[in-house]
Amino acid sequence: MSAGLFDKYSSLKRNYDSLMAASPRNPFGVVIECPLSATVGIIEGRETLLFGTNNYLGLSQSKMARDAAIHTAETMGVGTTGSRIANGTFGLHQKLEQALAGVFHKKHAMVFSTGYQANLGTISALVNKDDTLFLDADSHASIYDGARLSGAQVIRFRHNDPVDLEKRIARTDKTPGARLIIAEGIYSMTGNIAPLDKFVEVKKRHNVPLMVDEAHSFGVLGDHGRGVAEMQGCEKDIDFIVGTFSKSLGTVGGYCVTDHDEIDLMRLCSRPYMFTASLPPEIIAATLAALEEIKNRPELRQKLQDNAARLHHGFKSVGLNTSNFISPVIAVTLENIPQAITFWNALLDAGVYVNLSLPPATPDNRPLLRCSVMAAHSTEEIDQAVETFGVIAKKLNLV
Amino acid sequence: MTDSVADISHLILQKLLENPKVPRDISGDSRIVEDLAFDSLAVMNFVMEIEDTLDVSVPLDKLADIRTINDLAVCLHGIKAEQA
Ligand SMILES: Cc1ncc(COP(=O)(O)O)c(C=O)c1O
Repeated sequence: MSAGLFDKYSSLKRNYDSLMAASPRNPFGVVIECPLSATVGIIEGRETLLFGTNNYLGLSQSKMARDAAIHTAETMGVGTTGSRIANGTFGLHQKLEQALAGVFHKKHAMVFSTGYQANLGTISALVNKDDTLFLDADSHASIYDGARLSGAQVIRFRHNDPVDLEKRIARTDKTPGARLIIAEGIYSMTGNIAPLDKFVEVKKRHNVPLMVDEAHSFGVLGDHGRGVAEMQGCEKDIDFIVGTFSKSLGTVGGYCVTDHDEIDLMRLCSRPYMFTASLPPEIIAATLAALEEIKNRPELRQKLQDNAARLHHGFKSVGLNTSNFISPVIAVTLENIPQAITFWNALLDAGVYVNLSLPPATPDNRPLLRCSVMAAHSTEEIDQAVETFGVIAKKLNLV
Repeated sequence: MTDSVADISHLILQKLLENPKVPRDISGDSRIVEDLAFDSLAVMNFVMEIEDTLDVSVPLDKLADIRTINDLAVCLHGIKAEQA
């Protein structure tokens, strides 16, 4: 008899059941009933501090973006009902692409319906089965999935390690296919920042193009908020920058910017670009408004940095184990899953929402309490989060 | 000099046994996921260590067909021969 569809889930189900038995609430099912502001939402009927979003600049609640979306929905409607290749491009798609190219000082931009699709669509348009990809070992799932969709040979290099990357590239210097290196700016789980300037040196020595996903770093790092490449002064050597609208820009969608004129060919062979509906007009209008705010309000970035430093310093001072990078993603590493489940539930009981990240979705097999900081957090909110973490850590004998 | 499949298999077993969580009674026929309880990430990370020792890179799609330690040894041997 052939197997049932869900037979393969037996071990997943065992793990899920034991997680549910250990946790008073489902960590994958938290309901934010209603956000009251960028930093406070109603969870389980109570006002809860939000330290588990990607809303780094608080722009999901931007007045300018909301007004732009409302006006556009009223004048243009709420959807495009089709793909740009088959059903047509709206003027707003082009306007957004021009705006993004302008922000990054690149010749071209291509927008996608999500950041996930931006990675799938860019990677699968750039490489195929005859080519070789070099991925940071801790790459986001969308990069791994894009690699699979492309059919290229995938070689992982050690996380943030330019020496290891170079060793692996050198082994393929004589292979005939094209090659592409992919890294991220800020890593979403740990907040680690990539040494892109060092990767650029490697790419130049071996003549391999470099693509960078600045999903978490756009709007956050660099003098103008263009990300890690801007901060490290190596933007002109990044061949393709990919990103998302769903984090600092507060909406939804993704993009790729580049100086390569072949971008119009990429549009014709990128399935995640072609075979899905394009971004709706009100989302584009809100994103354009958010881009303007990022440009015109550099103080948001400064406040975010100050807040990130305050939370990071606070966690260190109460003895928690965090990464040494000061970035708006700050992960507290714990030793085992039961500890992480207890800690996470206690935080939510005390009115602080963070993300519970469990292996294998974490880099080194240990669970993380992933916290993210916003420019919109007040110092009191940050101090309250630090104090809550400290009290719980002490109660659990972790510090 | 190219290591034989048996040499590589031996090397893999030695490396695995350095990890105290790995069962002591493993052999070349042990299945990596089922018998060693490695998840997909653990397999990829372990292969990285072996890659360093043998100075080869194993593309991820090659890992999809590998079930046992001997399968991995055969794969590494093949790649090393290609690279030589
Ligand atoms: C590094 C990285 N790339 C891409 C994405 C996908 O972006 P989106 O959620 O906007 O689809 C995410 C987040 O989910 C991410 O963390």
